[in-house]
This record gives sequence, C-alpha cells and structure tokens, in this order.
Amino acid sequence: MVKCYHCGESCDKSIATDEKYFCCDGCKFVYQLLQENGLCNYYELSSRPGIKVKGKFSSDRFAYLDNEEVKSKLLRFDDGKQSQVSFHLPQMHCASCIWLLENLHTIDAGILYSKTNFQRKDISVAFNSSKTSLRKIVELLAFVGYEPYISLNDGEKKKNRKINRGKIFKIGVAGFCFSNIMMLSFPEYFSSGNIGHDSLKNTFTYLNLALSLPVLFYCASEFFVSAWKGLRQKWLNIDAPIAVAILVAFGRSVYEILSGTGAGYLDSMSGIVLFMLVGRWFQDKTYDSFSFDRDYKSYFPLGVTILKEDGEQTSTISALKRGDKILVRQNEMIPADAVIMKGEGNIDYSFVSGENTPVQKNQGELVYAGGKQTGSMIEMEVVKPVEQSYITQLWNNNDAFAEQKNKDKSFVHPWSRYFTLVLFSIAGCAAIYWAFTDTTKIWPAVTASLIVACPCSLLLSATFTFGNMLRQFGKNKLYLKNSSVIEALAKINTIVFDKTGTLTHSAQAIVVYEGKELNSNEIAMAYSLTKESVHPLSRVIKKDLLKRYNTEPLSITDFKEFPGKGIAGVIDSNLVKMGSWQFVNDDDPANEFSGSGYVFLSINHEYKGVFKITNQYRDGINDMVHDLSARKNELHLLSGDNDAEKNNLQKIFGKNAVIRFKQSPQDKQEYISRLRKNDCDAEIMMLGDGLNDAGALKQADVGIAVSENTSQFSPASDAIMDSSVVHKLSAFINYAKAGKRIVLLSFILSILYNVVGLSFAVQALLSPLVAAILMPASSITIVAFVTLASAWVAKKKGL
Amino acid sequence: MSVLIILIVVSILVAGGFLAAFIWSVKKGQYDDDYTPSVRMLFDDKPLPDTTTSLKSKQK
Repeated sequence: MVKCYHCGESCDKSIATDEKYFCCDGCKFVYQLLQENGLCNYYELSSRPGIKVKGKFSSDRFAYLDNEEVKSKLLRFDDGKQSQVSFHLPQMHCASCIWLLENLHTIDAGILYSKTNFQRKDISVAFNSSKTSLRKIVELLAFVGYEPYISLNDGEKKKNRKINRGKIFKIGVAGFCFSNIMMLSFPEYFSSGNIGHDSLKNTFTYLNLALSLPVLFYCASEFFVSAWKGLRQKWLNIDAPIAVAILVAFGRSVYEILSGTGAGYLDSMSGIVLFMLVGRWFQDKTYDSFSFDRDYKSYFPLGVTILKEDGEQTSTISALKRGDKILVRQNEMIPADAVIMKGEGNIDYSFVSGENTPVQKNQGELVYAGGKQTGSMIEMEVVKPVEQSYITQLWNNNDAFAEQKNKDKSFVHPWSRYFTLVLFSIAGCAAIYWAFTDTTKIWPAVTASLIVACPCSLLLSATFTFGNMLRQFGKNKLYLKNSSVIEALAKINTIVFDKTGTLTHSAQAIVVYEGKELNSNEIAMAYSLTKESVHPLSRVIKKDLLKRYNTEPLSITDFKEFPGKGIAGVIDSNLVKMGSWQFVNDDDPANEFSGSGYVFLSINHEYKGVFKITNQYRDGINDMVHDLSARKNELHLLSGDNDAEKNNLQKIFGKNAVIRFKQSPQDKQEYISRLRKNDCDAEIMMLGDGLNDAGALKQADVGIAVSENTSQFSPASDAIMDSSVVHKLSAFINYAKAGKRIVLLSFILSILYNVVGLSFAVQALLSPLVAAILMPASSITIVAFVTLASAWVAKKKGL
Repeated sequence: MSVLIILIVVSILVAGGFLAAFIWSVKKGQYDDDYTPSVRMLFDDKPLPDTTTSLKSKQK
C-alpha cells in the first residue's frame, strides 16, 4: 500500500505520474498544475500537504461570482484596474499552504499578490481585474484544494471589519509612562524624600505629573467608563474601587506636588493601570480562526442560480422569493425550504443532523434548507424565503436567552464588593482614630489606605488565572469562547450528550462483511467499483477493503451511479452492483435485513453478501462516562437516531441515565429548557455536533460544539472541542474546578499583601517608596503564582 | 547640576522616539499577525525553470 503523494491518503498504484502515486485524478491534476508552474516546493516544505479534492468540480458552481451585486459585496477595494478581496480558507493548515497560497501569482498572471494570515486562516488577494476575475481566482483556489468559505454573512459584514488595536496602544503608552515615572522617582526613593536641590526635585516631580496625565486620561479611561456605567445602574462593579484608587492617588499626588510637600504616588498609580491593562489583554485572548457566534447566515452560500423564463440567472440569496425556481447542482447547498420539481434529490443532511447517509427525496417532496445535494442537478421551487426556513426559525427561537447567559455571573464580582466595603470601613476606622489623636494625619491615612489596598491584585489573580487556563484548554484542543466559560464549566452538574458525531466517530466506521466468502478477484472488483464513487458509504468500504486486503484496482467500464440506489459497473465483462437490496437483486421485494448502513453486493446478478457499516464509539468514552457519573453528574443522552444501539448505550451510561431516541432538534432544545425548569440548581452542559443541536447548545449553560475538524463549520456555541479529545471531558471539568481554587488561593495571597500595606497606611506611615515596592511586588508574585499553579494543575490533571 | 536636567530631557525624548516607533508599527499592522511572517521568511526563492521565466518576459 502506498500513500497519495498529494494528500497522503492510503491508495493503490493505479494512478501514477513521474513515479509518484495518487489516490484520485483530482490530486494528480493539482500536482500537474503545480509542477507545470514550478511550484513543487509545495511538497518539500511539509510532507504530503495537499488537500483531497472533494467530489467532482462542476464548472458552474461559482457562476454567481460573476454577478455584479455579489462582486461589489465581496470586493474590499476596486478601482477598475486593481481589485482586492479576502477570503477565509478553513483548509489552511501548514507552511506549505502558506507558501503555495502566496505564490498563486505564478499560476494566474492576473494575480498581483496574495498574502495569508495563518492564524485567522485568511488570504487577501490583489488582482488585475482586466486579466482575471473573482470567479477565476475562487475556481483556482477551489481547484488546488482551498475552497474559500463564502457565505451570506461575508457579503454583509466584510466591509466594516477592523482590528481593534486600542488596547495595544494603551498598554504601550502606559508602559512608557510607568517606566519613565519610575526612573524619575528613583532619586526620591534613595534620598528618602530629601533631594538637596530644589530645582532638581521640582523637575522630577513636575515631569512625573506630566507623564501621568496620559495614563489618567487615556490609558485608564476604560476603568472610569465601566465604573460610571455600573454606578448609574446602582451597581458597584469591580472597576469602581480601581477607579477610586486611581483618582485618589492622582488627587493626593497633585496636591503634594503643587504644595511641595511630597512626591506623590504617581508611580504606583501608573503601575496599577499598566498591570490591569496587561491582565485584561492577557485574558481577552481569542481564537481568531474560530467563530463562536455564527448565525444561520454563515451557513448559506452567497449566490444561487434562479431559473427564469429567459434562462438561468445568478442572484444573491437574500433576493430569493417564494415561488422562485432554483437550480441546485451537485454538492451545492439547498438555500431555502423548497419542493423538488425536476430530478431526484439525494440530500446529505450531515451538516444539519450529523448523520452521514444521504436521504432520498423524490419529485414533489419538500426539502428543508441546509441539506447538500449529492446526486445530479435538481430543479426546485422555493416555498419559504431564507429568513423563514426551518433551520433559521430554530436558530432565532432563543436568541434572547443566549444573550444574557454567563454575564456578570463571575464569583469575582461579589468578592470585590465585600472587599470594597471592608476597605471603606477600615479607612473610616482609621479616620475616626486619628480624629481623636492627631487630626493632621486623617487625610494621609485615609488616602493611603485607598491607594494601597486597590483590589488590583484581586482582579489580576482572576484575569491571569483564567487567561492562562484558556491557553491550557486551547493546547488540549478545547477552544473556549471567553474566560467566563471557565467559571460556568466549573459549576456543571448535568451533562447532555448527543450521540452521532459526539460519542461516535462520524467519519470512521466499522465495516463488517457477511455473506458468501469473496475471493481476491471479487474483493478487487468491489474495491474498484467503490473507488469510482464519492458517496460516503462507498468511501468507507473502499478504505476498509484497501486497509484489509491491500488490493489493486481493475479496469472498469460502464460505471453508473444511481442516486439513492447504488452503483454498478462492468469489470472483465462481469456486472458488479452495490447498493440497496432491491437494486442489487433486480427489484426483488424487500427482505429482512434492509436498513441504512447496509450495502449489498452482487456479481453477475448473483447475490454475494452485505457490508454492514456501523458507527464506532470513540476511544475512552467508557472511562469518561464512569468518571463523570462517579463525580455525581447527572447524565443524559439525546439521539436523533433509532434505538438500535439502546442496549449498548445503557451499558455504558448505567441504569440511571436518561436515554432518548428519535429526538428532533426542537425536542432537544425543549428537553434542555425542561431540565432547567424542573431543577433550578441544574447547570447544564450540552455536547453536540450538528446544526440540529444548535438550539440545545444555545439553551444550555455551556454549549460545546464537537467538531471532527475544528477549522470547519460549527454551530454557535460557548466552546469548540476537537472530537479527538471528547474523552478528556471530565479532566476538563476538573481543571475548571481547580481553577476556581487557584483564584481563591491567590486572593488570600493578595489579602496578605493588603494587610501589610494597610498596616502602614492606617498609621499614616506609607511612604511612596513602600507603596512603589509593595504594589509591583504583589502584582508580580500573584501573576507568577497563578501562572505556575495553573500550569502545574493542568499537568496533574493529565491535560 | 543643570546638566542632569538636560540629560533627563534627552532621555525622555529618546524613550518618546521608541514609543512613537511602537505606535507606528502597531498602526502598520505589524502586530496583527505574529505567526505567518515567521514562516514566510524561511521560504527560499527558487530560480524559476526557464520555460516560465521566458513566458513571463514575453507577457511583459
């Protein structure tokens, strides 16, 4: 057995050129194109980098890109000569990809340059519109395996997408001011406040004051804005004490400097601002190439072919009206709920339900939007426009709920409020004490307490712990939408699974052959036949036969594919048929073992046997389920399938788990809301993969989209999980729980620092030097502590 | 001691220069993508085979 030179898939030796073997003609053509253009470096940068070209490439597929309206929506810049466009290419995965994509201009001379952003998986292309066209570029990209992801959403949003760099500017400015203020404060520290020359002292302090202005007015602005917003809603949020600390520190410093009584605490103040900004920036790490907020628009293609009296016409999908006749070609998605007028539908709903086997639909039957046509071209009449289709409705049902989820739930907020209250009462006590003993010390004691006890170390511990955990999760292929998901994850006590694609492999399957024994020639026949087809079941059987018998293909003539029925071909004048029972047995009435996932084989009208294809459970599912139930989680399983697997599942999940079959998307969603109503303490996690789980994912406290290929589409969710790590679920939850403990520990640490600081402050002894040492020291130790602790715990939990 | 004041002013000006350079580089988008350039710089410019170079020169 050899591996395809282009994509690395196991294959036979039938397709070869230049002593290199390929799995299919598609891969070979790509290789030839690259070779002609001297781009074979592609294969040297990483081994077998290619992407298998999926299905056949119909030439009209991108015809809508010639439509002026579509063009104007996609192009970012166009002056008649030069145009610029950028695409999302989910297939981009290695250095070779970057190299090839940036050398596109050697293949198409009309392309001026192309530039990739690997982390976003974006490419921006500038091209000469008189030499090439948008459609040609997309076709070229699709041909070499990087089909751009163009959706309805792109057309609407593309133009106002801008990268927010405000935070980086603020950090830069704060860093600059902080370090210079520190430097200018050193003489003050070392002379313990008695610099001999007045002129020097004045220069230092006034320069400090000048440097602190941008920190106060520019860098710290977001704390004031957020604190003010909270106060207006009568809510003391975590930014309020920070804003108070900054203002008090600045106010006292200005007073001291202007009155010439001291140097102020400007160094501490700008330090607070810098550390807080860095902390927030660290926590706000996002995964650029993922999109967690996809709505239905991201799933639909941008263009559609409408049949009018005067012929075919391409149009944008939003212009689609009820009663329009549309053409759907092979591998195109059905954009709206529609009735088949002409042709035979063979609809692949894997996108919607996670189910791999295409469903056959005949003329006059209603087909829901979101399915992919796998057979030949069909003509359809639109019943409902895109905005009202079944999937869209499902999606929009619970937007209101999803918006308020996980907001302001963080346990850090109540803590910060207690902290603020305790702080004010300590400052108050100090004021009362000094009022009776030495009135001149009221002012220094109160202001110093407010400055030194700023809850910034409290906040830093949360931001850095969660920021670091976000990265640890990411390393283990669980990508969280933001850090508030970690806290929600720690509370989970009810877990709802979807079966297909979540617990089972959706691509890998076990093939069992039953029937008359096949000799090697017959195996080769079955192999050669399945090799011609792109139907998912054929591909599964083909892979299995190749792996097991390492066969070589035979030449085949008269290959025909009958959508929804099977495939047939002539090999050495033997008629070989594979497919449904009726199909291979020449319209014999149905027998006892028919069903989806069964592929029958007959040679020369003689029935040979059946390939039974069943989904395979992922590794480690058993252990994970045991671990989860041992930790007192309530487990539920909702499956869209029939109950064939019931006994197996009950064995894995135990007797107490609720297992339901034949659940529609609506059922799943309602099931979750019922769970919530019946038990107010239930914190629900939902794991699902298809669009049919989208409603349930949104309804749950934590919705995790499980994806075979994380770069591909996934429904809106709180987290995206690579399907290879599903078995680590309980480790993930434990880690999230440990994270909360780390934050609590570092709170205690920061409170110890505060006790030390406050003990100086209430005695009115806090010199700028003590403040300047104490504050950065506490910040740095806390950051170091939480970073090390979260990394160590991750290792201990096996992540 | 007035020389100290001059030195301080100079040092702040130098630091300000670096700050300006930083802001300029952020604005230019140098921090937008911190991965791809690290790969891109390792690509060799291979000499193109004669056929393609001649084709290219014809087009020009």
